[in-house]
Amino acid sequence: MEATYNYKVVRQFAIMTIVWGIVGMLVGVLIAAQLIWPDLTKDLGPLAPYLSYGRLRPLHTNAVIFAFGGSALFATSLYVVQRTCQTRVLSDGLASFVFWGWQLVILLAAISLPMGFTSSKEYAELEWPIDILIAVIWVSYGVLFFGTIMKRKTQHIYVANWFFGAYIVTIALLHIVNSAELPVTLTKSYSAYAGVHDAMVQWWYGHNAVGFFLTTAFLGMMYYFIPKQAGRPIFSYRLSIVHFWALNFIYMWAGPHHLMYTALPDWAQSLGMVFSLMLIAPSWGGMMNGIMTLSGAWHKLRTDPILKFLITAMSFYGMSTFEGPMMSVKTVNALSHYTEWTVGHVHSGALGWVAMISIGSLYHLIPRLFGREEMYSVKLINTHFWMSTIGVVLYIVALWIAGVAQGLMWRATNSDGTLTYSFAQSVNAMYPFYTIRLIGGALFFAGMLLMAYNVWKTIAAGKAVNDARIPQAVAA
Amino acid sequence: MIEGYAVPDFISDFWHYYIAAITAAGILFSLWLLKSQSVVKPLAPGESAELMHPVWDGDLQELNSPLPRWWMWMFYLLILFSIVYLVLFPGMGKFQGVLGWSSASQWQAEKTRVDAEFDKVFQPFANMDLMAVAADPTAKKMGEHLFLTYCSQCHGSSGQGGSGFPNLTDNQWLMGGTPDDIKRTLENGIIGEMPGGLAGDEQGAKEVANYVLALGGKQHDASLAAAGKDKFAACAGCHGEDGTGMTAAGFPNIVDDVWQYGGSEAAIIESIVKGRKGGMPAQLELLGENKLHLLAAYVWGLGGGQQPVAEPVAEMMEAPVDEMPVDEMPATVAQ
Repeated sequence: MEATYNYKVVRQFAIMTIVWGIVGMLVGVLIAAQLIWPDLTKDLGPLAPYLSYGRLRPLHTNAVIFAFGGSALFATSLYVVQRTCQTRVLSDGLASFVFWGWQLVILLAAISLPMGFTSSKEYAELEWPIDILIAVIWVSYGVLFFGTIMKRKTQHIYVANWFFGAYIVTIALLHIVNSAELPVTLTKSYSAYAGVHDAMVQWWYGHNAVGFFLTTAFLGMMYYFIPKQAGRPIFSYRLSIVHFWALNFIYMWAGPHHLMYTALPDWAQSLGMVFSLMLIAPSWGGMMNGIMTLSGAWHKLRTDPILKFLITAMSFYGMSTFEGPMMSVKTVNALSHYTEWTVGHVHSGALGWVAMISIGSLYHLIPRLFGREEMYSVKLINTHFWMSTIGVVLYIVALWIAGVAQGLMWRATNSDGTLTYSFAQSVNAMYPFYTIRLIGGALFFAGMLLMAYNVWKTIAAGKAVNDARIPQAVAA
Repeated sequence: MIEGYAVPDFISDFWHYYIAAITAAGILFSLWLLKSQSVVKPLAPGESAELMHPVWDGDLQELNSPLPRWWMWMFYLLILFSIVYLVLFPGMGKFQGVLGWSSASQWQAEKTRVDAEFDKVFQPFANMDLMAVAADPTAKKMGEHLFLTYCSQCHGSSGQGGSGFPNLTDNQWLMGGTPDDIKRTLENGIIGEMPGGLAGDEQGAKEVANYVLALGGKQHDASLAAAGKDKFAACAGCHGEDGTGMTAAGFPNIVDDVWQYGGSEAAIIESIVKGRKGGMPAQLELLGENKLHLLAAYVWGLGGGQQPVAEPVAEMMEAPVDEMPVDEMPATVAQ
């Protein structure tokens, strides 16, 4: 027993990544359609309230970030930490607890959010009993992960594990501080903070959820799956040190850029802006370390759609980590804030970077977990790649145009100083872009269905691997 | 410090020094980090990067390539930008920056400039009679712009209203439809409330609803209406025995065909059971006298405006209200 890796927990999370990806993206497609046809679900009688936009939107964000993204991170981090430490996870029981606990959290979210229970904090909507459950599971995950690192057979800690480790520690801190709240009933609580302090704590949490959950952790994924798939050494050890420490340190300051031109004091807004700008450097450091790892193996991009997924993800990562700092510049933010541009920016990160690196990593992982050489159909991976890429591009280009148009319409004035456009007119101008966005999103969603089929066929032809031997010879 | 913004950012100097110190330390840390990892020199032509020794999971290794120079210099430049920005603008605790900029003063300066510039455009109409303003094409255009910006969210882009929001294009007015009535409504806003539950249980509400329908000569259930007659006494205090309401106080006529919350039996029952809580925010402080004048004329000209009434009773009721300071207004009018 001791001489094998625990693939069971990895397999469970890997499968659930695809399931929750489909569910979360389906809800996304539905609410994108509701923006075009607001009455879409109005006539569903008793179901209608549960399918209203305001309740489904947090369901979508929670499902894609914490259910889809979270499962992908659990799967890959537990796989990577075992294989690069040459040891089995600290405890199979704890691993099982983390898996079932996390599924319970997702289930509770899927029930409570459509019922309208919300703490009204973005990306932290779940009510206090679920918050406590999350904290317990997260700490268990931390014990499992760091416990595995502690009993490693290798001398050095592999770079991917630095990133996974930073994310686990930080998410625990962010979640616990931001979720401090006073329960009133089982389903209702009030934040421990008030006014602008509440806003600042919320966006310190919110932006670092992006920074650590959706960035640092997925960089950990990148540091394992890109060199593995490319068969090349990582480009630069030095670069990984600078960008790791700079990224973690600087991200912590960036939250105030969500609160530009609000009641937040000027000094805090300025610090949010300058540190966000500095963040370009460590972000691009990560992008380069991923892409340059391919030097000497560029030709593989032509034939290997998994590498295409991984490298395109790095490109989207580089693009959105340039766009983000630009949007944090006060004068740009004055135009972009509250517009669709922000939504487009989030999705260039969420679909282009987070989802694509996860999909690429899963295509590498699934055959290994089920004793196959490769996926059932490499051709279908390639089709999936193009559906995803075209889907993301349609999505973000539509919302760039929509957002800039919106921002310009809101600030346009007549010669008498009055506003040229009423708010409703700016909403009306969104229809064509919402339609293109829906098409892009639906295409990305359809790609996930294709992936599910491919995975299904791979599993059907394979057999769950439970005897992956741990090599005894330990490299220096 | 600008009036109204007198709350200090820091309750004690400690927090000022704390913020300034950790900011400076953060920037210095970034500099040191970058410098400390720049020790590997750029590769000479033909030279390849050192392959580091540790191997993980069979084949994972790292090269020790030097930091790409363009990237390293970009990082230095970004750090330099931060330092310059924090010298010029607020950021280091309570230090305002050498430019002395603040978002509040920028806003104030812009508002003062814009108000001065555009008040000149609105001013010529300020002393004109409202009906004359309504007839002026330029004023009408500006009124429409203002209406679309401030009113259309509730009353609709052409003033046709919607459920819960009155139609401004017909000649039915809750608060009066003369030019002065409309202007006063805009200035002070409205609180239009009806308590729920006055007719007892659901059955009582059904009976009263049918009595209301009967009063208005609409299709109804005669036996329910008869049962609701006595219960209607609770409603008559505001809506009147005959249901025609009282315009001066904003109590709606409930025997005509105009319904703010719907005139079906079900809608009336809902109003009676749950009550209604309507309201329009006061606009005078927000928009100022000149814009408000244009807006009142525009709304009056939407199609439902009524001629000024010359009855002395109406004037007696209006005049004092106009001259009264806002804080002494009757509770039904001022918030």
